[in-house]
Amino acid sequence: MKIYAVCGAGIGTSVLLKSNADRVLAAMGIEAEVQAVSINDAMASESLAQIVLITPELHEQIKGIRSEVIPIDNIFNLEELQQKLTAALS
Amino acid sequence: MLAQAFGPNSIAHHFEVTDWEGALTKAVALLEKDLRVTSEYLDEVLAANQKLGPYFVIAPGIAIAHAAPGVGVLETGMALLRLEQPVVSGSNNDPVRLVFAFCSVDADSHVELLASFASVMTVEGNVNRLLNEPDLSVIRNLLTA
Repeated sequence: MKIYAVCGAGIGTSVLLKSNADRVLAAMGIEAEVQAVSINDAMASESLAQIVLITPELHEQIKGIRSEVIPIDNIFNLEELQQKLTAALS
Repeated sequence: MLAQAFGPNSIAHHFEVTDWEGALTKAVALLEKDLRVTSEYLDEVLAANQKLGPYFVIAPGIAIAHAAPGVGVLETGMALLRLEQPVVSGSNNDPVRLVFAFCSVDADSHVELLASFASVMTVEGNVNRLLNEPDLSVIRNLLTA
């Protein structure tokens, strides 16, 4: 399964998101490839990710992508990440 | 790794009233003081803020100001400006009290650094300590231990 962690430049917020998503997914025992990408790369990518993790401010700008988009309000809250990923994957 | 990223001048309080752009400017100025960026980097950060809105605000009260790697970056680095008078950015996570600034020389060198940062920030109680600890050297130890 492929998951995109998305931010404006693809280097800061997205890397933090990826790092915490990796930890949560490992704890849940789910194998997934999480890639930190910029919003432009996510929109332009040919290979679709099943899930896109994104900060709420950028949510509007990624509408139209054919992935399930999950806005994350608190990037440092592993429980929020786990709850939202669990809901999306069940 | 975090110990190298936070230069000697990189952690500071800010006591005066400011606004969102002022807070970004002062946080990025800490990177400049430690010779991690040139003044060009601030232009990049402010332009990203203009274009994408306050998406630097990634958790309640916490922002991480940055722009793409390269332009205006001399060395990968981090800084923290703690606002004693919080600011409003327009994010759902307002008001903002901790403004981190971050810069990377290329697209790879900072990945481990940010992973360490994410680990520190997810330890229960650490965010509260960053918000309330009066002694900056204690904050530095917490971030770089």
